[in-house]
Amino acid sequence: MTPQLTTLDRVQASLGRRRRKERLLRASGLLAILFAFAMLGALFLSLISTGHSAFVQTHATLEVYVDPDEIREDRLPRGGFDEVLVAALGRALDGVALDERSTRRRVGAILSNGAQFQLRDRVAADPSLIGQTITLTVPVSDPYDQLNKGAIDPDTPEANRRLDDDQIAMFTQLQAAGLISTPLNWGLLVNADSRFPELAGLKGALIGSAWALIVCFLISFPLGIGAAIYLEELAPRNRFSTLIEVNINNLAAVPSVVYGLLALSVFIGWFGLPRSAPLVGGMTLALMTMPTIIIATRAALKAVPASIREAALGLGASRQQVVFGHVLPLAMPGILTGTIIGLAQALGETAPLLLIGMNAFITSAPDGPLSSATALPTQIFIWADSPERGFASRTSAAILVLLGFLITMNAVAVFLRNKLERKW
Amino acid sequence: MLDSMAPAPDMRATAAPRAPKIDARGVNVHYGETQALHDVSIAIPDRSVTAFIGPSGCGKSTFLRCFNRMNDTIPSCRVSGGITLEGEDIFDPRIDPVQLRARVGMVFQKPNPFSKSIFDNVAYGPRIHGLAQGRDELADIVETALRKAALWDEVKDRLTAPGTGLSGGQQQRLCIARAIATRPEVLLMDEPCSALDPIATAQIEELIAELSSRFSIVIVTHSMQQAARVSHRTAFFHLGHMVELGDTDAVFTNPRDPRTEAYITGRIG
Repeated sequence: MTPQLTTLDRVQASLGRRRRKERLLRASGLLAILFAFAMLGALFLSLISTGHSAFVQTHATLEVYVDPDEIREDRLPRGGFDEVLVAALGRALDGVALDERSTRRRVGAILSNGAQFQLRDRVAADPSLIGQTITLTVPVSDPYDQLNKGAIDPDTPEANRRLDDDQIAMFTQLQAAGLISTPLNWGLLVNADSRFPELAGLKGALIGSAWALIVCFLISFPLGIGAAIYLEELAPRNRFSTLIEVNINNLAAVPSVVYGLLALSVFIGWFGLPRSAPLVGGMTLALMTMPTIIIATRAALKAVPASIREAALGLGASRQQVVFGHVLPLAMPGILTGTIIGLAQALGETAPLLLIGMNAFITSAPDGPLSSATALPTQIFIWADSPERGFASRTSAAILVLLGFLITMNAVAVFLRNKLERKW
Repeated sequence: MLDSMAPAPDMRATAAPRAPKIDARGVNVHYGETQALHDVSIAIPDRSVTAFIGPSGCGKSTFLRCFNRMNDTIPSCRVSGGITLEGEDIFDPRIDPVQLRARVGMVFQKPNPFSKSIFDNVAYGPRIHGLAQGRDELADIVETALRKAALWDEVKDRLTAPGTGLSGGQQQRLCIARAIATRPEVLLMDEPCSALDPIATAQIEELIAELSSRFSIVIVTHSMQQAARVSHRTAFFHLGHMVELGDTDAVFTNPRDPRTEAYITGRIG
């Protein structure tokens, strides 16, 4: 006969196995988190390593003689600004004869195409500068910017470089003269898009995204909360409301490109709204954000304890008074969190905006929700598609700007949730 | 009515006037397919305490919630039969549940103050019903209600503090103050002491005894001792039926139904 095992013995025997399983669970959880963090770290590392150079821009500082022969006050804003800049470069460079037209063009190509417009704007604003010598700091063109940032290696064979030995020699001479500087690239934020990477910035995309988000919020927040309150608090529970509920959950899972197609045919096709407009973009994003807001709001409303509803109802409050006086304020932190996360998703959404034309090449910032614009993600898409070397780092920089906005929005959501949360 | 002709058996029952405050006839309640309450009839006298006792799930809370139509808020719940408040049918389509609940206040099992100040908690009912003309009158109503609920002395210096910061017993008295601030005619109490300690329970019971001189009170309780202590009349519920109804002393000392006897002697529960 086997000896009788007491309960204690049996529990004792199983303890080791149970502890092992618990350790395994803990370890696998930790591993998963480490993996996620490593991936996130790799993403940021690669973005920063390629994008950091776009946050500075190589500039050249020149003493420019505003030659009255080239620039005449009565013909402003026309004039030979490019010739004046080439002459200024020629004075800074020893041993470069500017007689030949091809040489002049090679020298002029050191500076960005936008340099002459900067000079033009300055002189047009103050015509008394004509005949004087002024100090002007202008961006250099993309190849020289890359050379200065080390992306073009002078040791590679001449045939494989974008700049030949003479061009590098010219630039080295300017560097030696102390005329080259690399200040912070504010142009990345305050310039609109451009064909030239050294001039391209995110202003148009930022304003376009802001308009689109405002429109998206104004449409999706009230409609989403209204729908959620109706479904959660007022609607009778029957087959019809179940059908609506299932469909809203399905809408949240519809691929965003489908919303883009819908917007293209309905908003632009039927309503005749303008193409590439942030208004249409915001309306499209609102379609996508609304299910998210409805689901988050319903969850927040559900989480309000029944005792609060009963207390108010028992005192004779009407349904509307219960909802607006008690349930909604208690649900607000959850609703706001859901809304901000929905808006953050909308901010990063690309596909539907491509379909309504918000990926157009637009060199001025929009002056309203109806004028053509790009948005941050579509601007990233455009730049990632561009062949110039300068756009590679700018793409990464733009992604970092976008991620910065997303992280800020999520931080605001966390802050609001902690701040508004009330205990009961 | 029948009750009015019955001779008063003891001192407490003499407080009850002739016409019933609430008269329920043949009330049935269904939750979906399940019937929770079978053909219950009861007359609740004015200015007295009526206790509903019985084991868990016997339908006593469900019945209580019929009196202010709180069961309307449960989608699957169907109530049939007739209930009158002062002779008026409360299920009449012309009766707004909002108006009914202003006349029939309710205190719940778990103290459920709003996350507002003590003052705003009590002032909520008078505010939504527009009972006060100005700020002074509202303050008067709040003070009176808090005094009646025996809470005034404890909170008069911190009326702006959140109601949720009070102790459990104080919270429940705050809820009573909130319920009586609208000057209801009937006060329904659904196990008001089940979440409280013995001292807080004693305070609430004292309060019930005092309030019964002004209101008609219906209290659901698990505790037979409590029913015996506070009520004038007791109804015993079992499995959805009202098994016995009578003066409290009679029900506890001389139950007519064997099930009542089994329950109060602790053999079913």
